[in-house]
Amino acid sequence: MMESVYPLLYILAAASFILAIKWMNSPVTARRGVFIGEIGMLLAVVGTLLRHEVVNYEWILIAFFLGSAIGVPIAVYMPMTAVPQRTAFSHACGALAAALIGAAEYYKAKPHGIVMIALVIETLLGFLTFTASMMAFGKLAEKLPQRPITYRGQNFVNLGVFTLAAACGVGLVISPEQAWLFPVFSVLALIFGVLLIVPIGGADMPTVIALLNSYAGLSACAMGFVLDNRLLITAGALDGSSGFILAVIMCKAMNRSFSNVLFGAFGTIQTSTSKTEARPVRSASAEEAAEILDAARKVVIVPGYGMAVAQAQHKLRELHDILSKRGIEVSFAIHPVAGRMPGHMNVLLAEADVPYDRLIEMEEINPEFPRTDVVLVVGANDVVNPAARLDKNSPIAGMPILNASEAQTVMVIKRSMSPGFAGIDNELYYLEKTLMLFGDAKSFLTGINKELTTAGANN
Amino acid sequence: MNRYEIALWVFMLAGFLGFELIKRVSPLLHTPLMSLTNAISAIAVVGAILITGEKEATTLTRVLGFSAVTLSTINVVSGYMITDRMLKMFKKRGPEKK
Repeated sequence: MMESVYPLLYILAAASFILAIKWMNSPVTARRGVFIGEIGMLLAVVGTLLRHEVVNYEWILIAFFLGSAIGVPIAVYMPMTAVPQRTAFSHACGALAAALIGAAEYYKAKPHGIVMIALVIETLLGFLTFTASMMAFGKLAEKLPQRPITYRGQNFVNLGVFTLAAACGVGLVISPEQAWLFPVFSVLALIFGVLLIVPIGGADMPTVIALLNSYAGLSACAMGFVLDNRLLITAGALDGSSGFILAVIMCKAMNRSFSNVLFGAFGTIQTSTSKTEARPVRSASAEEAAEILDAARKVVIVPGYGMAVAQAQHKLRELHDILSKRGIEVSFAIHPVAGRMPGHMNVLLAEADVPYDRLIEMEEINPEFPRTDVVLVVGANDVVNPAARLDKNSPIAGMPILNASEAQTVMVIKRSMSPGFAGIDNELYYLEKTLMLFGDAKSFLTGINKELTTAGANN
Repeated sequence: MNRYEIALWVFMLAGFLGFELIKRVSPLLHTPLMSLTNAISAIAVVGAILITGEKEATTLTRVLGFSAVTLSTINVVSGYMITDRMLKMFKKRGPEKK
């Protein structure tokens, strides 16, 4: 009798998840969204535990305990800079869980028909997303090479492996009793996941992570079809469409299609049209940079992956504070694919206590560049490269960029003149109005901040 | 075909709903959105509980199910906690209110 309550709990849980995502649309309501999401999960778990099929609780409770023992320290001790890796790891866990459940269902009942189709999809997506996410984790944590690794015929090999896996899947649907097909199928899916990520380089990670997010959700959704559970279908579909939309946004922001990101091995085109003689650039010291900033009325800071690597976000916030106190308008221009995952820059800057109303999206800030006195580019390269607009043959042609070149003065903090991820030269560095600030971002900014405060004290 | 008919309706509606909801999330919050949806995708724990808790479950099923519950719990717990941790950092006005 208690168990007839569970469909109601499931419906409430699904409603909670919907509210959670809805409330995530603004920083003001977002934390409420997390809270209701937790309630939703609680309702779902309680509802499930009440069902009459569930009789053996010991293993489940031990698993809850073990999962929490691992999950809580991860959440508490993880540094914010590790967000991309942790996200990839989380996708791996979620996808593996779905795949294992698919496997368990298969061995339990060897289902037929539609259920089997859903099971095959669930397991295929689950296993490939698991290994793909672990590879992504490795690349982001820099345990694996970030350069894309390609070889001739790679796309054929990948396609071949996938086709074999799909063929096994079809075989299983047609005759589920052929139990030997299942391990083969699983291994092929696992291998495909690895192969998929091998040719993808570090800067394409934002799209890939979003896509894997989507796949992990879709495999949970497929599980819903297998178990005929509408809560799973709903939650999985929400997660699936979320990841998918983010991936599309990332692709649009790079002006590349999905297939190009997944199969195009961006970044290996190293010396296509770049001239090898060193062209002169104007450079400046921290003192000079500080003077220029002090004299400005409007400053826009463009953060990039380099800022994350150098851990310079706190120094940028100090700079923002120093300049703001002098009545200078300071904003941060955030390009959608800056960093290694969607919203990466925002999280790092928020961690450094930069008020979020100073973080401005590309479409909103681009019109302001012409009346900006100083643009300070910190560890960003391709997102401010005018070649995207002007050079049709460039690998980044057509990619929407931040129009930093339209400001009065441009200052770029960079360690050296080596090319960025796309492997091409950046015209921005050679402009008359551009000053290169060579050095590590964190130390250079520390120098600038020091110059500004002592100069201010002397005024 | 009947039970799957309803399932397909749900899938279709949920998919479109997800699309509309996510469209409205500000890019500022894309990272916490991802960790939130990670936590939500750990709904797989429901399937895992059903598999592990069954009376006739074999050892293989139990082991697979146990692993799945553990993995999903890791996701749920860390997902929600990290999302909240991130969101706590988003403040409107800086600490200096001079």
